[in-house]
Amino acid sequence: MWAFLASDCMFFGTLIATYMVYKNRSLDGPLPRETFDVPYTSVSAFVLLLSSLTMVLALAAIQHGQERKMRIWLGATALLGCVFLGGQFYEFTTFYQDGLTLSRNLFGSTFFTLTGFHGTHVAIGVFWLASLVAQSFRGRLHQGHSLLVEIAGLYWHFVDIVWILIFTLVYLIPD
Amino acid sequence: MAHETHAAHGAVEHAHPGPKTYTIIGVFLAIITLVEVWVYNVEAVRPYLVLILLPLSAVKFATVVGAYMHLRFDHPIFTAIFGFGLLVAASVITALMFLFGQYPLPHHAG
Repeated sequence: MWAFLASDCMFFGTLIATYMVYKNRSLDGPLPRETFDVPYTSVSAFVLLLSSLTMVLALAAIQHGQERKMRIWLGATALLGCVFLGGQFYEFTTFYQDGLTLSRNLFGSTFFTLTGFHGTHVAIGVFWLASLVAQSFRGRLHQGHSLLVEIAGLYWHFVDIVWILIFTLVYLIPD
Repeated sequence: MAHETHAAHGAVEHAHPGPKTYTIIGVFLAIITLVEVWVYNVEAVRPYLVLILLPLSAVKFATVVGAYMHLRFDHPIFTAIFGFGLLVAASVITALMFLFGQYPLPHHAG
């Protein structure tokens, strides 16, 4: 898993680099500063941070043999992931209505590619967590299988740290 | 042999923190995010936004990786593997930004 995360680091590194290089090279608008709604995205960032906390609490629960608690925390993590995805969908829709599309300008192309790939990672994580909850309900996820939850947790935290970087580099430093 | 391997791992791996510590870390991360958003809205520090926000972001990144992903408590080989990927990513971002003249630090015109 760590090797996969290292390779994913390079993947997002190239996407972030491409965004940083091209964001101010658009010939016409909309441009970053006139597009972003930072207070709204801050809430999304809080939601994803909170999901990292619930994920690590799920791991602590299964390591202590508390399967019911683990299901609650895993379900909460998946739910928070869904909230984040819903927020991203709303944000993309708003940007689209404001005239920013994937093919509008360089800012739009690189922004939607970067955040879209991140959103896809979140969606995969939500499905992964949901499958763990389903396995637990079928009685196939016990204390001895805590490594399965830990690996899913590593992936989920990675998605969170990528958003930490995107939130700062893309939203808070738009120029 | 298996016993020796287990003992060797035990020398570098430590017990994970408990729910209370995780919650305190969560509050700490939330506070840093609040500070980031507050700094973003202060007009006086806008020229130094990058210098303030990048270290704050790095602290959040390191805290999640170290505490939530347990890299602090796991075998150093995992730190080396992840660190390599991170180093390549950071190098690519830095090199491309300077190559294309997108300097991240504040500079004066003229």
